[in-house]
Amino acid sequence: MSRPAGAGWSPRVLAIVGAGALVSVAATVWLGLWVTPPDRTQGNLVRLVYLHPPVAWVSLYLAFGLAALSSLLYLWKRTRSLFWDRLAAASVEVGVVFTALTLATGTLWGRPTWGVWWTWDARLTSTALLLVLFLGYLALRRVPADPEVRAKRCAVAALVAFVDVPIVHFSVVWWQTLHQGATVLNANLSPTIHGSMAWTLLLGFVAMTLLFVWMVALRYRIEVLSDRVGEEALEVTLAERWAEDDSPPPADAPSVPVPSGRPT
Amino acid sequence: MWRDARLVAAKDLRIELRSRIALWQVLPVAVLSLFLYAFALGPGRAALAAAAPGLFWLAVLFSTVLAVQRSFAIESGEGTRDALRLSGIDPAGVFLGKVAAVALELAVLQVVVWAGMTVLFGVHVETPWLAVVASVLATVGLASAGVLYGALSAGLRVRETLLPLLVLPVLAPVLLAASRAWAGALQHGSVAAGTGWLRVLGPFAAAYLVVGILLYGPLLETG
Repeated sequence: MSRPAGAGWSPRVLAIVGAGALVSVAATVWLGLWVTPPDRTQGNLVRLVYLHPPVAWVSLYLAFGLAALSSLLYLWKRTRSLFWDRLAAASVEVGVVFTALTLATGTLWGRPTWGVWWTWDARLTSTALLLVLFLGYLALRRVPADPEVRAKRCAVAALVAFVDVPIVHFSVVWWQTLHQGATVLNANLSPTIHGSMAWTLLLGFVAMTLLFVWMVALRYRIEVLSDRVGEEALEVTLAERWAEDDSPPPADAPSVPVPSGRPT
Repeated sequence: MWRDARLVAAKDLRIELRSRIALWQVLPVAVLSLFLYAFALGPGRAALAAAAPGLFWLAVLFSTVLAVQRSFAIESGEGTRDALRLSGIDPAGVFLGKVAAVALELAVLQVVVWAGMTVLFGVHVETPWLAVVASVLATVGLASAGVLYGALSAGLRVRETLLPLLVLPVLAPVLLAASRAWAGALQHGSVAAGTGWLRVLGPFAAAYLVVGILLYGPLLETG
């Protein structure tokens, strides 16, 4: 069977990108855990810097940005195509995983450095709200509907949520500066970090971006194929029902209630 | 657009006046929540007064969900959505009309809840203009974002559970900003700090009004 058209990248390309992602992740792990030195003040905790900012970059900018852009392109009549809808969905789904990872690595880092799992810091709070916004999108997506209707509905939801992101961010920044004073320890990206650390951090960004691209492409392909299976299953069921009309089942067959009307 | 908005708002409000669902179901729940807050925080007046701005806006926030659900429930039965679409009324007008109706209901609710709070919690407003301006901006923001999501989840089987999940995180900055602004307007509050929060409430209301006017058309087509 030839490769179904419109299913995104071929398995070969997917495999190459996937291999690149896995190799770069492995290299980041090796450099981050064994090669780079521990930090003077944070000790071995600093090794989270190779994971946490890259994961956050992917979830907060790449995933949500791509989802918003695809949703916009879907709603714009000239570029309307289910491609953008599926891309947005794939991007959000992977984005949820990365956002959850951002929060998890952030709290793991916060406990030893700040002494608490959670502070009402602006970034933490707005990331948590972003995760819930993402989850709402996915919940809306799971509501069964005609693909076109679902696509339009989800695209509107994504854009409406996107408008909220800067407002959420601004208001929680303000909220916490008014009430707590700046507690964020952000010496991570200072330009004085050790050479090997800078390279490892850069590699971490590349690795997470590749991982994101691979997962989105894979998810896109699954989306297309599952839609296709759904359509084929519908056609098979329809054909079976038509066949039932033509030849009634034999008398000794177990009686199965046949639903009236169109099977949908 | 404005004429259509007026027509839709008048229709929604007329239905509410006749059915009295908002009056006898949504409003009592909001007042009841004041008692629930007191049970949760204890009867000490100091604790209740300190938490009053946040509790007030929590009550309004959850009432917004109910009001929006009600606003779309009245359209689900008789095919009103299709009728509105066929009538040639501007979708932006439908949006603005529904926002106006929901905002007006919320404004009435706020007056009642605030009266209850004055009696039960013993708080009073020191800077009325700040409280009123914050209220107006927050109400427009709550109503416009709420109506957008209401239209999004209207007609779905899971709408009762889906709407809060979709709309509450979006409305979170309004709760935050309106509570802080009100804290500035009540006794012992800092008016300057409270006024600053209007800069969150204003853009929020403006952003969702514009988004709603632009996106309500595509949204109606999905019904």
